Amino acid sequence: MGERLTTSTLLVTDGGVIHPDCFSHQFTSAKSRRSETWRTRLADRLTASTTLQGEGKELTKEEKQRLRKEKKQHKKNKKDDRGPPEKEKEKEKASVPAPSKPATQSPAHKAAPVPVNASASESPVAAEKPAKSKAELRAERRARQDSERASKQGKKEGGQQSTSSKPKATPNELQPVVKRLPDHVQVDDPVALKKLAKKLERQQVPLRSDYGYKVSLFSHLHQYSRKNPPTQQISIPVTVIHPSIVRLGLQYSQGIIAGSNARSVALLHAFKQVIQDYSTPPNEELSRDLVNKLSPYISFLSQCRPLSASMGNAIKYIKKEISNIPSQCKEEEAKRILQECIDSYINEKIILASEAISKYAIEKISDGDVILVYGCSSLVNHILCEAFEKQRKFRVIVVDSRPRLEGREALRRLVKKGIRCTYVLISALSYILPEVSKVFLGAHALLANGYVMSRVGTSQIALVAKAYNVPVLVCCETYKFCERVQTDSFVSNELDDPDDLIVTRNGKTHLENWQTVKSLGLLNLVYDVTPPDFVDLVITDLGMIPCTSVPVVLRVKNVDQ
Amino acid sequence: EIHEPEEVSVWFREGSSCCQETLARNQRFTETPVNMPGADKETDLSERIESFLSELKRCGSGAGSLRGSAETARETTALLRRITAQARWGNAGELMEIIRKEGRRMTAAQPSETTVGNMIRRVLKIIREEYARGSSEETDQQESLHKLLTSGGSSEDNFRQHFTHLKANVIEAINELLTELEGTTDNISMQALEHIHSNEVIMTIGRSRTVEAFLKDAARKRKFHVIVAECAPFCQGHEMATSLCKEDIETTVIPDAAIFAVMSRVNKVIIGTQTVLANGGLRAVNGTHTLALAAKHHSTPLIVCAPMFKLSPQFPNEEDTFHKFVSPHEVLPFTEGEILSKVNAHCPVFDYVPPELITLFISNIGGNAPSYIYRLMSELYHPEDHEL
Repeated sequence: MGERLTTSTLLVTDGGVIHPDCFSHQFTSAKSRRSETWRTRLADRLTASTTLQGEGKELTKEEKQRLRKEKKQHKKNKKDDRGPPEKEKEKEKASVPAPSKPATQSPAHKAAPVPVNASASESPVAAEKPAKSKAELRAERRARQDSERASKQGKKEGGQQSTSSKPKATPNELQPVVKRLPDHVQVDDPVALKKLAKKLERQQVPLRSDYGYKVSLFSHLHQYSRKNPPTQQISIPVTVIHPSIVRLGLQYSQGIIAGSNARSVALLHAFKQVIQDYSTPPNEELSRDLVNKLSPYISFLSQCRPLSASMGNAIKYIKKEISNIPSQCKEEEAKRILQECIDSYINEKIILASEAISKYAIEKISDGDVILVYGCSSLVNHILCEAFEKQRKFRVIVVDSRPRLEGREALRRLVKKGIRCTYVLISALSYILPEVSKVFLGAHALLANGYVMSRVGTSQIALVAKAYNVPVLVCCETYKFCERVQTDSFVSNELDDPDDLIVTRNGKTHLENWQTVKSLGLLNLVYDVTPPDFVDLVITDLGMIPCTSVPVVLRVKNVDQ
Repeated sequence: EIHEPEEVSVWFREGSSCCQETLARNQRFTETPVNMPGADKETDLSERIESFLSELKRCGSGAGSLRGSAETARETTALLRRITAQARWGNAGELMEIIRKEGRRMTAAQPSETTVGNMIRRVLKIIREEYARGSSEETDQQESLHKLLTSGGSSEDNFRQHFTHLKANVIEAINELLTELEGTTDNISMQALEHIHSNEVIMTIGRSRTVEAFLKDAARKRKFHVIVAECAPFCQGHEMATSLCKEDIETTVIPDAAIFAVMSRVNKVIIGTQTVLANGGLRAVNGTHTLALAAKHHSTPLIVCAPMFKLSPQFPNEEDTFHKFVSPHEVLPFTEGEILSKVNAHCPVFDYVPPELITLFISNIGGNAPSYIYRLMSELYHPEDHEL
């Protein structure tokens, strides 16, 4: 009677978007926990909060306070409010993390606990409350919280306070069920654009304008030209944005730094520099002010190039670490702690992870193998070089595609090591695939429904490899795992400079004046998603898992944190 | 001395391959006095054949064909008509021998240009038909299955009889063939409106003049959107896109790597091909197999617009003759430097697409399923002519 859902479908519920395989799990785990409904469990899994607690366990007082503190910090960032600090502290200590708020307060609280990650960006909450003044709202909120605190004086934490009809988050989690849509996929919405413009103006970050005719299917995405870098509009000397961030943004927008790992590492190094040069203004706490300082930098970087999933996770981590700095810590000490945190993050999540992944992957490479790789993935190149050093006999076929031609870089690195290589373009894939024994692919991010987001063309390679029965192995570190879900390459993608497609052959450039031709569009996609049935194995630093186990890993990570 | 220069010039024109018979013929005819009309015709004919062969050899390298297949087919047929008219032959058997010989040379000049061989086989079939008509005056010359089973041994029943009107009949039939060839593109584009509805998204790859005409014809009455995969490294998709835009068709150019990514929004895939093989498969420009697999995954119909002169009695099993390669400089240019000596680079031109991935063939005689191709082939070519 009931239909069996395939892995490519998603269930859209009021608790969020979930994968069908997780449905029963949510259900059974909810039954065992009388205190929470399954919806709140979903909200738990869906949202990427910095303060991830255990699954519906009772919070200690300290954790609650920490959570409240962070919420307040975020709210403060957005409203640009410099309220008296002692009042803030009192509010933080006293207020109950109430999930149910009246509608007027909901934007503020919705904004507060959701930190910046790859799929959410901060949008000015101030613009959403035109009617009331900020002081009035603050007073209102304080009064309400006092009354709620009084009413819930002796109650245990696990109770589900649902005075409002909206089934909002659990006592532990203050995330709203409906996540806010990130700005970079709302280009066709003029309201969102206006909001973004206002926010950028406030932060003194230049707004980058779109370029060229956009294919109608992608009108919701930005399309920038490499010839207009965002740094053109910045005055010299730069006062608002740190120079290393400006340099980083320029490197991103021109494509000098490309690749998920490279971008994250560059970002973390730039942040180290920022922290080094930072000095706390008087009457401010480092933990709160530094986070505020980082917001315009992040806006600027996302104007240069939309943030990747790995960068988003790194930023989340940094913000969490910064806000965990105890207030009595001296500035030098705090800076040293932060530098160490960043170093250890890079070391653990990227360098050691790649060592672990190589160890697992080398088991899968046998003598006489013909391995196919696509584009330039730092991880896959590392694996192949390690395997070559361990005296495995194999040869590599590098597949490349226009217009980025990243495969040439991979080719250079592998040939330098001494590995025997063959080089083809992606259109010759059907010709070369009968020779291939394994396909190794890198990933940009792994989505929660098992889809692999990677450079455009990866899904094609996986498709044809499946048709020829060649195993496809994806190598990905766990810090690239992402809570988002996506089923196609349209809703959330990146559009690169369309002029890259123009080529001159035999002295003729056919697309030279494509702007003048009314009905012609050029589409230069950057990413695409590969369905999990094309992928045979994912090699991560936690081990070798199937594609559909990504949400399990995410949960494990959340519990650890 | 008289025939010395003739030999040398023929040698240069031939390049590496040298044909003894032509040399001998030239020698023979230059011995006779020059003012005999027959001699002029012969040298003229052989000159034309030689120039055609060198054209074939030259246009083969790089960038698909510099001249379309339709043009090649027409030129081949015109040349065969000239051979029929001007060469010396006494009966049908001799004519077929001459044509077969020239045909072998032509196909050897450019093995990947299969239309040449196809036209030769068509003409041979015409000659057989005309001969059979002459000898038995039967009007229905179709080889029905019953006839195939019961006839058995009419194979080389020598074709030795002489008919006075054979030459005229053959030349007339070849003229009909030529008119058919002229009208193939129009015939195919006339069917466009039956297959394309409004607001469709159609995907194509590379550049095919047949598909271009097909889409332009449909665009006169309907509005739809076309996505063109550029088909690296030759990027013929760019030409196709600019040409389609001139007719105000909404076109988008995508790189080859994005084929699977956008396929979910495509309603139909319409492609051209270089050759239709005997099993219903295709030999098409590289990247077509990926396109076909992506279409199959999304259950999108794959329509192939191919005129009948592209149907070839070859099967895809001949590994060494199936693929054609061009200079790897297209893929990895010489500017890359030293790395070129340490790396193998491949640049195949064609792809094999198995018949299971194809939904429909649209040709000048209408629409057909791939499973029907074998039957069409038996109507066009005689089984004896499959091997020239």
